[in-house]
Amino acid sequence: MLEISNLIKRYGHDEPVLKGLDLSVEDNSVVAIVGASGAGKSTMLRCINRLVEPTSGSIKLNGSEIVTLRHRDLRRARRKIGMIFQGFNLIDRLTVMENVLSGRLGYVSLFQAITRRYPAADIERAFKLMERVGIAQYANKRADELSGGERQRVGVVRALMQEPEVLLADEPTASLDPRTSEQIMVLLQSLASELSLPVLINIHNVAQARAYTDRIVGLRHGTMIFDGTPADFDKQALDAIYGGIESPEDETATPLGGPESADREARHDAS
Amino acid sequence: MMQADSSGAPSPRTWRKPPFIANPVLRYGLLAVVVFYLVWAFATLPFNWERISEGLPRAARIFGGGFPPNFSRFDLLLTGFTESLQIALLATLLGVLLSIPFAVMAARNIAPLPVYLLGRAVIIVSRSFHPVIVAILFVAAVGFGPLAGILTLTLYSIGFVGKLLAEEIEEIDWGQVEAMRATGAGYLATLYYAVFPQILPRQVGLSMYQLDSNLRASAVVGIVGAGGIGSTLMNAFGRYDYDFAFAILLVIIAVILVSEGVSGWVRKKIW
Amino acid sequence: MVDDADLLADRVWRRHNPREQLIRYGVMLVTLMLVVWAVRDIDIFWPWVWDAPNQISSLGGRMWPPDPSRLGEIVNAMIETVHIATLATLLTVFIALPVSYIAAQNTTPNRACLWLGRFILVSSRSVNTIIWALLFVAIFGPGVLAGILAIMFRSVGFIGKLMGEAIEEIDRRPVEAMEATGASKAKVIAYAVVPQVMPAFFAIVILRWDINIRESTVLGLVGAGGIGVILQGSIDTFAWQTVATILIAIIALVLIGEAITGLLRRKAL
Repeated sequence: MLEISNLIKRYGHDEPVLKGLDLSVEDNSVVAIVGASGAGKSTMLRCINRLVEPTSGSIKLNGSEIVTLRHRDLRRARRKIGMIFQGFNLIDRLTVMENVLSGRLGYVSLFQAITRRYPAADIERAFKLMERVGIAQYANKRADELSGGERQRVGVVRALMQEPEVLLADEPTASLDPRTSEQIMVLLQSLASELSLPVLINIHNVAQARAYTDRIVGLRHGTMIFDGTPADFDKQALDAIYGGIESPEDETATPLGGPESADREARHDAS
Repeated sequence: MMQADSSGAPSPRTWRKPPFIANPVLRYGLLAVVVFYLVWAFATLPFNWERISEGLPRAARIFGGGFPPNFSRFDLLLTGFTESLQIALLATLLGVLLSIPFAVMAARNIAPLPVYLLGRAVIIVSRSFHPVIVAILFVAAVGFGPLAGILTLTLYSIGFVGKLLAEEIEEIDWGQVEAMRATGAGYLATLYYAVFPQILPRQVGLSMYQLDSNLRASAVVGIVGAGGIGSTLMNAFGRYDYDFAFAILLVIIAVILVSEGVSGWVRKKIW
Repeated sequence: MVDDADLLADRVWRRHNPREQLIRYGVMLVTLMLVVWAVRDIDIFWPWVWDAPNQISSLGGRMWPPDPSRLGEIVNAMIETVHIATLATLLTVFIALPVSYIAAQNTTPNRACLWLGRFILVSSRSVNTIIWALLFVAIFGPGVLAGILAIMFRSVGFIGKLMGEAIEEIDRRPVEAMEATGASKAKVIAYAVVPQVMPAFFAIVILRWDINIRESTVLGLVGAGGIGVILQGSIDTFAWQTVATILIAIIALVLIGEAITGLLRRKAL
């Protein structure tokens, strides 16, 4: 159970990127977050695991507050939040197995991490999850030798290694071809029910959002303007979310808090 | 391997990071070679521990005598620097000019084989010797003073600029050479019209770079008597004038930083 | 007349436009003036210059033929030279890596560390190896320790600067991913930074080792060990034929060093 209330994020003195979001997600449900570039999707997701610092508001995961945590407690909370990235964010020069095991970094000691002596249970779990998504045969291959879809599976397994209580996926299919991206969406959908996890997926592709999720949340300029089932998501809702800012020129001309600047700020905050 | 038997899992699989070098003989062989080398090197190097143990009080005396640096003999400092600058300037000019014929000789695509070998040999020899060794020989041949410095740095520049220039010539667009030959131009005219224009922009940048590195080197060749600020520094050191020596050192550092900045700026302007 | 000239000038072909031409002449004039000043002002006794070719060829004559009688001693000194370069390069790594870590903008703990790191790098790079050697010979006495320290103090700046740049150029995304797993800073570095800078690290260390081989041949000239000690001794005693042998040995060493670094680069990268 993830509960976000009155979440505000503003960079400096600019117009806030998120203007008081309220959202609660039950376990075992897949939520798609749609919205134009710069609507605040990525910022919202990164506020949940504090890669971006929220300006104010509250985020509770299974009843415990995340926004006020610091240092060690924050890292402990992050262990429970798996994240899947648009660019996979794998460590290219390490093997698939090392990438997968890196999901356990929050649990093992520094010595274990550096010498790669992970507990047997972690290794067993890694093999099982890799078999589940069909990449076990690549365990000792370098991550950069895999195809895009396979790399994203590694990313998914890495997140699951954390034994997460919630899964965040930031445009998980945007760097993949249509067929592979559908496979990844199916995977996320079935994992959510198998592991009874809430899954939040930022997604551009509205058709995929409708096909593979139980609930769609629409953001525009940092405000939630739609929340309902895929069946309710009609032409009117689509227009409300993307209306007037759909064309590519406008997308690139999105002012402060546009995709690039939000991304850059996010990086800046996380460092 | 510790096989913590996790509940119910049928014989947990193990995983080890694949070793960096797959062949175990080669792997442990290399390790043994490295260990043997270190032991051998440390065992055979003649350390004079008795003398070394006096180091700390001596260091205290040197730094105590060196601070604050003494700038009272500023005119001597200035004379030394002026001479270093003159040495660097003349050596760069001579070196860059002379590097052109040597580069032509050492470029496989325009020089006949015997000439090529001679050109390469000159460049290899002048690059193999540290300028200080060359300087000590020139000091022996032509006596103490800036002449030895100029000769040294000229040779140094021929080696460095000549090598890069020869590589540049080997990569030129051959079509222009053929075009010139087709007009009936002789060897020198071809060089002048088809080869030099292609390498000239690079040559100007290289000259600036070489001026910078000659200025650095001119501070060093003086230590073995080849004139310039290095000689002033060596004299101060020899007379235990540590406060003056540190003053010289500080100015050398300042000049090098300025020269690096200027040379970088000019090269940026040209390119 | 004037009009005619103007007309003519319009048709005259020029390689450069007047502004460029002016700058070119200006630069040439300044260069020429600097050269004239340098030639007139420099403290050189000109008859020696005209005599220099004779002197040099006479020195060359005295070196021929090279005298191999002290070859054993020379080879031993060469090995010492290699030891100095290798050990110093190895030891440098342990200092240069932490320095590059604090001198890289994306990993430095705070501003103070950043400036401390940069200060270490700049002061190390601005002082030449031989000047470092001079200082350490004065402190620890003549010998290999001074040589090793001199090479180390110069190499820290070189390796540290290039490694710092390599760290600054890493891909940020794996770092973000590791942070998201709840990994501590040390673990993030071990997983997201170290693997990314590994290739650069090997390339830089190999490059510096090659340079250090050359540098360590001159340490002995100020008493800091290696082949330079014998070279200086032979020059002082006018044993020019031995000097010739040493010079040949140095060329051989440098060429062997280059061959080894070439091989390592191909194998390791």
